[in-house]
Amino acid sequence: MTTALLAEQVLNGLQLGVMLFLVAAGLTLVFGVMGLINLAHGSLYMIGAFAAAWTKAASGSFMLGLLASMLAAAVAGIVIELLVMRRLYARDHLEQVLATFALILVFSEGTRWIFGDFPLYLDKPDWLSGPVMLPGGLQYPLYRLTLIGVGIAVALGLYLLVERTRTGMRIRAGQSDRDMVAVLGIDIDKLFTLVFALGAALAGLAGALVGTLQSVQVGMGEPMLILAFVVIVIGGIGSIKGAFAGSLLVGLTDTLGRALLPGLIDPLIPSSSTSYGTTLASMLVYILMAMVLIVRPNGLFGRALEQRR
Amino acid sequence: MIVARRRAGSHLPGLTIFLGLAVVALYAHFAEEPFIITLATRAAILALAGVGLNLALGWGGLVSLGHAAFFGIGGYSMGVLASHAQDGVPLLAGLPGSNQMPIIWLTALIFSGLAALVIGAVSLRTSGVYFIMITLAFAQMLYQFAIGWRRYGGEDGLTIYVRNDFPGLDTLQPLTFFLISFALLGIALALCARLRASPFGLALDAARQSPGRVRAVGLDPYRLKLTAFVLSGMITGLAGALFADLNRFVSPSMLSWQTSGEIMVFVILGGVGRLFGPVVGAVGFVLLEHLLGGLPSRLFGGLFSGLGDHWHVWLGLLLLLVVLFAGGGLLGGIERIYRRLSHRDPT
Repeated sequence: MTTALLAEQVLNGLQLGVMLFLVAAGLTLVFGVMGLINLAHGSLYMIGAFAAAWTKAASGSFMLGLLASMLAAAVAGIVIELLVMRRLYARDHLEQVLATFALILVFSEGTRWIFGDFPLYLDKPDWLSGPVMLPGGLQYPLYRLTLIGVGIAVALGLYLLVERTRTGMRIRAGQSDRDMVAVLGIDIDKLFTLVFALGAALAGLAGALVGTLQSVQVGMGEPMLILAFVVIVIGGIGSIKGAFAGSLLVGLTDTLGRALLPGLIDPLIPSSSTSYGTTLASMLVYILMAMVLIVRPNGLFGRALEQRR
Repeated sequence: MIVARRRAGSHLPGLTIFLGLAVVALYAHFAEEPFIITLATRAAILALAGVGLNLALGWGGLVSLGHAAFFGIGGYSMGVLASHAQDGVPLLAGLPGSNQMPIIWLTALIFSGLAALVIGAVSLRTSGVYFIMITLAFAQMLYQFAIGWRRYGGEDGLTIYVRNDFPGLDTLQPLTFFLISFALLGIALALCARLRASPFGLALDAARQSPGRVRAVGLDPYRLKLTAFVLSGMITGLAGALFADLNRFVSPSMLSWQTSGEIMVFVILGGVGRLFGPVVGAVGFVLLEHLLGGLPSRLFGGLFSGLGDHWHVWLGLLLLLVVLFAGGGLLGGIERIYRRLSHRDPT
């Protein structure tokens, strides 16, 4: 494989990584602050994608679609936070898993009910299509490059929000001691809703951005959700820094594995029907996760996690 | 003593539903309603999968969101062996495939047990929410593997044309296959009841409630939980083999995260940690699927078209209500009604 192709795959890996980060950031924030495991986070991703596709089709504006994706996901997030999640914070993880699994059923089937079984398509705008010439003579799609830029910008913004603002201070305080924050007179309910809406909006944005590359369909959220789980398990639950490192690691491992392994493995195990290289590549991130866990059971950036309840 | 008596008494509703399943199947046999027998068989097999998960989840406190892995391994044990027997192609090193249920079951038990050993050994290094995500991720890994495994159908799955044999029985008879599944469910339930009362069961109970104290008396919670996890995976694996035999079809969807979630739903819907919880849950699930799925879609002039097609919406809402407002599942609810009635009783 030539250097140019390799560089292209590295960029693809980064692109997947930053999109994973948008999903994982919300998951890890919600877990860190509220101690809630939210399986329905993938549904918010899907809602964002559908909202963008619908708005784009109705208005013709891609940017309006992106705005709609964040808005719709945030609204859906606020609604489920107020109606369901709020009752779950004090419950054990099993009940959280079940209730949010139930939400997936409702959201997925409800979306199928409204939009039907066929995937929707969300086209990228003209001003973002076409290739761009990178230094070194590499041609790379402008849209994917933009995604990398957007992802990094959002990560930076989130970092500044959490580390440098008063709201961020409250979020961090909520992460380390929820009760104390409430005692100090901060409206903890409002803080929770805010964090939830923020995470939802990021997931919705990711859904719209990735939905443009692929297609917008029911069930698109869950593969992303499971990968995001792998990310935060690797990075350490509750840690934004860990989520970022984990996202890039998973994005790169997955993309490079798929690009390189078939060429390496298939000549070793010749098989007429099954490409073991491809199969191994699709399992690679999970193997990576298992290895990280054997070395560091709390993830790369995780603190020892006491029972948060 | 009082505790023991109460516990025995609380098995009554569950036992009734378990036996009721057999009554329904027998009735359907004489009424010549093979479809109802198939539904009852489906309920029995799904209940068996739930019994497996209940062992880890209810008694070991291990919230595994990856039991589809074992269910699917059981399914693929059947698919691989039976497809080789069907094609007459030797499996490995001249070893033939097989269409004998006992051999398939044994294979399913061994491989799901081995998988549970490996997955459990890694996952049990963590706990809580990590454990949930990791078990989910491992199941997803096997799902990806099955999709890529073109030799055995890949994404499309694998169809077996004839149901496998059991020596001396005609398994093509729906009732016979129901009775086989029902008997295995009964054996698994009896085994769990025995296990629960055994020193191992008591130690496991203790390991869930207070690992520190268990360690203090010289037992190793990790090994107790790992043993429970392996047994749990094996039972669910056996259910997977039966499920594949029922449908004569196995596909990666048996390994999907939805399957993991549904197995968990059986356990919770019925009542987590209760012996007959998964049976009640699975029967309830199959009934709901059948009743809601069959709702007329043209009710009110098509205003609610798709009411039945999209029964998962109703399942989701129902599940949400059960989790939020009715702790203890269906059996817990029955028990509460029981208690209220008996309190009103002046004696």
